Amino acid sequence: MLIKTRKEIPSSEITPESVYKARRQFLKTGANVALGAAGASLLSPTASAQVGDSLFARAPADINLASRPDWLVQKVAERKDAPATGSFNTDEELTPFSDVTTYNNFYEFGTGKEDPSNNASEFRIDPWSVEVAGECAKPGTYTLEDVLKPHTFEERVYRLRCVEAWSMVIPWIGIPMKDLLSRFEPNGNAQYVKFTTLVDRDQFPAQRSRFATIDWPYQEGLRMDEAMHPLTLMATGLYDDVLPAQNGAPLRLVVPWKYGFKSIKSIVKIEFTRDMPNNTWNDLQPREYGFYANVNPNVSHPRWSQASERRLPSSLFMPRRIDTMMFNGYEEVASLYEGMDLRRNY
Amino acid sequence: MFNLHGPCIPVSLYPFFDLMKFLIKPTVFILCLLPAAWLCWGVYLAFSGGENLLGPDPAQYLSLQTGEWAIRLLIASLAITPLRYLLNMPSLFRFRRMIGLYAYFYVFLHLIVFLWFLLGWDFSAVGREISERPYITIGFAAFVLLTPLAATSFNAAQRKLGRNWKRLHRLTYACAILACMHVIWIVRSSYFDAVLYGGLTLVFLGYRVLRKYSPAVQKFSLLR
Repeated sequence: MLIKTRKEIPSSEITPESVYKARRQFLKTGANVALGAAGASLLSPTASAQVGDSLFARAPADINLASRPDWLVQKVAERKDAPATGSFNTDEELTPFSDVTTYNNFYEFGTGKEDPSNNASEFRIDPWSVEVAGECAKPGTYTLEDVLKPHTFEERVYRLRCVEAWSMVIPWIGIPMKDLLSRFEPNGNAQYVKFTTLVDRDQFPAQRSRFATIDWPYQEGLRMDEAMHPLTLMATGLYDDVLPAQNGAPLRLVVPWKYGFKSIKSIVKIEFTRDMPNNTWNDLQPREYGFYANVNPNVSHPRWSQASERRLPSSLFMPRRIDTMMFNGYEEVASLYEGMDLRRNY
Repeated sequence: MFNLHGPCIPVSLYPFFDLMKFLIKPTVFILCLLPAAWLCWGVYLAFSGGENLLGPDPAQYLSLQTGEWAIRLLIASLAITPLRYLLNMPSLFRFRRMIGLYAYFYVFLHLIVFLWFLLGWDFSAVGREISERPYITIGFAAFVLLTPLAATSFNAAQRKLGRNWKRLHRLTYACAILACMHVIWIVRSSYFDAVLYGGLTLVFLGYRVLRKYSPAVQKFSLLR
């Protein structure tokens, strides 16, 4: 049988906004029911039918809502009433909420794609604090509220290209990284910024595992000019809701022109450094994962080609295989790498 | 299967064990078929536009599942001989051919999934993948080496090849090692699968070596 590759997505397959909004509404209702100690039995059959459209769509009770601070929920909700910024947004079809939140790489929760959503339901993001250190005028420990409260949340609809050759389109909620980092007043020595994920063996099963190859904590870094680029986002929500734990709550880096592994999750430390910081995947497999990790169709991963990608959700008989674009289509960052050999600095 | 003689089984239970003996082979046959049946059902639903059982990245899911079952069954086929001696159950041999053929069946499905759903029958890409990606090269080598074994698994071939049949079928050992390398090569951040499958393969192959050279190992069994 021949496989036809569609160039364009028929409008019939695009989830209308009203439908995904309806799901959000349902998730909220479901949560209220659960919180009201009434139990899942009160969920009406019609409501259940909306969620049960795939094995991978999970009931709302599984998306943890327990430890979300009220002020954050409210602040994310307020974003909706604000005028859309929209300048960076792609108008491609969104990857459905159920796929964005159940098909994840978050190795602290396990290496399977469903491990994060299965193991994240108890994850606590309240209280949360972030240590700011290194070459800046205002180091210290900041609470999540200190970090986020002074900023206006924005929605950014970005492509996310995983190094494993699949991709999604996700409506993030967050704040420009530039605005956040400037508050800590990095000094002239700050050439790079390093991020670190939480270490918590109680909450992250893979951090207890003897078989993990990763030397925890997960660490990532950006060059200062990359971190300060207007596209770079500190995300704290998606689909107009607080970030689910499996997507990296409560603070997650989003750098849309780089492979997904650069987008470090559940950040507890931000450090300004003089020298290029290490990053976890580069420590593990320097031949396969570089520091820059810019999406580049011309440089193959040693074990697979990066020339094309599967846009998720994909289907078996009409696979949505699309050509991968240089810098994941964010050409405006090209000037950051002028004069650099991107084949060597992969 | 049930080689427990003497007074440990009450005579009244003999009919029950006779029934078990009669049912056990069809049961194992059906159990080995279940994963493939489930995946085929998922593919059928995907084809007919029904419920999505295979997740947002179905090609990857099918490839992973068929591969996992292939290596599990390949290692299970290697386990028969050691278990037959250690448990003193010659009747285990009845399952060896079936499990070996099932392993080949899942390897074949794994290859079909790769060619069809991941490469879309693009044969130029097939050649490139096999020559450029070492884990695909050795995976493909294991498939090629297993093919003559599957083709000579019926009784007539066994009789015709005589002593050479056994020699030929020792290729299974090489295939198991290639399959483990295939798994180790795709490790991203957890060695669990690599350690599990590699460890079991080492144990089952190691037992054969020990048994060949050590009379003590030859005599040892857990059940009399």
